This record gives sequence, C-alpha cells and structure tokens, in this order.
Amino acid sequence: MNQGKAENALRKLHSLSGVIPLGVFLMVHMLVNYSATGGEEAYNFAAGIMANLPFRYFLETFVIFVPLLFHAVYGVYVALKAKQNVLKYGYFRNWGFFFQRVTGFIAFAFVIWHIWDTRVQAALGAEPNFEMMAALVTDPLTLGLYLVGVVCVLFHFANGLWTLLITWGITVTPKSQKFTQYALMLFFIGFSALGVQALFAFAQ
Amino acid sequence: MAAQKEIRLIIKRQAGPESSSYTEEFAIPYQPNMNVTAALMEIRKNPINAAGKKTEPVIWESVCLEEVCGSCSMLINGKPRQACAALIDNLSQPIHLAPLSTFPLVRDLMVDREQLFDALKKVHAWIEIDGIFDLGSGPRMPERTRKWAYELSKCMTCGCCAEACPNVNAKSNFMGPASISQVRLFNAHPTGEMSKEVRLSEIMKSGGITSCGNSQNCVEVCPKSIPLTTSIADLNRKTTIQSFKNMLGSF
Repeated sequence: MNQGKAENALRKLHSLSGVIPLGVFLMVHMLVNYSATGGEEAYNFAAGIMANLPFRYFLETFVIFVPLLFHAVYGVYVALKAKQNVLKYGYFRNWGFFFQRVTGFIAFAFVIWHIWDTRVQAALGAEPNFEMMAALVTDPLTLGLYLVGVVCVLFHFANGLWTLLITWGITVTPKSQKFTQYALMLFFIGFSALGVQALFAFAQ
Repeated sequence: MAAQKEIRLIIKRQAGPESSSYTEEFAIPYQPNMNVTAALMEIRKNPINAAGKKTEPVIWESVCLEEVCGSCSMLINGKPRQACAALIDNLSQPIHLAPLSTFPLVRDLMVDREQLFDALKKVHAWIEIDGIFDLGSGPRMPERTRKWAYELSKCMTCGCCAEACPNVNAKSNFMGPASISQVRLFNAHPTGEMSKEVRLSEIMKSGGITSCGNSQNCVEVCPKSIPLTTSIADLNRKTTIQSFKNMLGSF
C-alpha cells in the first residue's frame, strides 16, 4: 500500500513549491526590480528593505534556496521522463506542456548564472545595488540573455500556476481552465512588461 | 472526393517484436464507402504490393467493426484512431498506416495493449456484486450523475489517449488517462462509491494521477470524446482531499 506514495506527495509539492514560496518571491522580486524605473535611489531603497529583513539568512535558505533546489532538480527529473510529441500533436496545450519544460531548463541555467552574478558576488564583498545591476546589463549580450531569462521564468511561472490549479483540483471544468488560461496569459504579458522595463531602466 | 481508380497505402511493417521495421506500399482497387479495415482485408485477400511482388499479408487486430471494441486502433496518417471508423473517402492519400508506438509490437499493425487492462485491474475498475448472499438492490444513481457517467462509460480502452500522451512511454510508469477516468466512473456509481478509497489510493501511487503533465492531448484524440481532462482534474481534487484525510484522519 505504501509503494510510490512519496511520488504522489513529491509531485504535488513540486507543483506547490513553484508558487509558494517561489512564485510569491518572484513577484516581490519583479516589483523591486520595477522600482528601478523610478531611478537609482528608489531601487536602492526597495532593494534595501529586502536585504535588511530580519532573519535574512533563514529566509533566504528556506524561502528561496531549498525550495528552488528541490523544484529545479525534481523538475528536471520529471521533464526528462516525457517523450515530447509536439510536432505530431500540435494542440495549444501540448505546446504549453513543451514550453513549460523548455523554459524550465532555461530558467534553471539563468537562475544559477544570476545568483552567481549577484548573490555570490555580494557574498564575496561586492555591494548589491543599482550600480551592480547597471554594470551587468551595459553589456548588450548580458542584457539580451537577461531579457530572455526573465521572460522564460515568467512564462514558466504563469503556465505553472495554470497547471497547479489543475494538479491541486481547483479548476476542474474545461470552462474554468480556459478562464484561468486567459487570465494567466494576461498576467504573463503584464509581468513581462514590468520585467523588461526594469532591465532597460538598469541599462540606461 | 471524386471516385478514384485505386487506393494507395503506405504501411509500416515489422515481422516481429525483435525484427527491424520497413514500409511497404500497396495499391488496391477503389470501391466507394470503404474503410481502412476493408482496405486491409483487400490486401489480405490479394497480398501483392504496389511493385507487383507477392508479400506476406498485413497483420492487424479487429473485432467489432463498429468503433466500440478499440482493438483496431492504429496510427492513420499519423493520428491514433480506429481503422473501422476511418473512411477512405475522408483520408488524404497515400494513406500512411503504422502501429501504435506506445505499446509493445506484436507484428505489423498489431500491438499488445495489455498494460491498459492491467491498469484497469489495478484501479479496481468494477462494481462489487453480491457475495454468497443477496445484499438486495443498491442505491439509485441520480439522473444528473447518470448523464455524465454515461459519457465516461463509452471508454473502450483503445489506447489512443495513452498513445498521444507525452508522459506515457518506456521511461515512465504512468498508467495513462483511460484508467484514471474509469476511477471517476466507478466512484460515481452509488455502489461503487462504497469502495472509492480503494480506487483513489491506487491512483495515488507511483505512476498514478500525479504523473499527468497536463498536455491535454488525451482529450483531443479520444475517439469517444470522453472528457478525460475533466476526469483527471476532478480526481486531482478527490485525491488531494484524500491526502488530507490520510494525513489528518477521517471517519
């Protein structure tokens, strides 16, 4: 009776961890980034609040790094078990299934690179502020890769939220799934616009 | 489509599970209102390929000839469907036939769909009948439930959904959408409901419902238009609730 029960729980947790806490953190992160459109001072103030939260290392570990590692590693394991057939069955949702996995891999690589660029450098003594990001994205290649990375992460989150609503049994009928699909597409476009504007604000 | 003199078929063939596959082209005389099964019977009657060479007749499975048994499922022009329900006049030619790729191949277009039936046994896809004494008549099913449950009962275990599912393959042990939908059917039955936890706990194991990746190909290809993704989503809800009951206790 106990055989494989862990898999059921792990798959549900994998789905959940992408939204709580990772998705929630992502939205806060995107809003902090967006404050860069208000200038250097506004960004440093918003980022400073995040950086100066009490129990920062605890929060970082259990709200970001542990769920992130679990979500990423288990996600790769799950994605590699699929046999992609989008060229044979070109239905809209099958493209969603395909891009969810593609953007997952891109997000994995991007997040590692981004953590190296920012969090690791900060740990090594660099000051994590507006200037740090501005210095990174003055390179057009880095800016381009960051744009791709941010849009992929946001697609992965929006589409993953759509599947979470199914995986946890919240949206059951095709009608409700259609509605959340459109709503989350708008959410993806909106947050992508914020993310792109923020990056250009640093690049200026 | 205008009347044609001949029907051209390109069939993927394989002598046995271990042999290598090849394609063979056939041209058979056109008759109006033929289906793919009729075309295959024509080849069996006169096993000569398009090059005029005598060949082994093509092997395929079929039983009911009216799209209720599921045994003649194959890839027809790349899509999984039943040969008996595929009318030649509605297909673009040459017609490409290939065996379903998800299941172990037996020969030519014949595959072994046993894993589907094993999954039905696993999920307890039946209603208990009386034992050594008569338990009397069971509770009645509300008409509202009967309506949608009837749609689920149309499943013929043909395997089209499993064929189109990216998560049913040799690397994964996912049981596929059909048997999960049957759990919803038998749990909707007033007598079947009495053992609903047995079925739910089976699809909560490895290879069960959480192996679904929501590509929703199954509902697109189902020849019986069964709302498979609704069944999966509904059972996602039921298994989530069951998990909480298992964790926190229930009566």
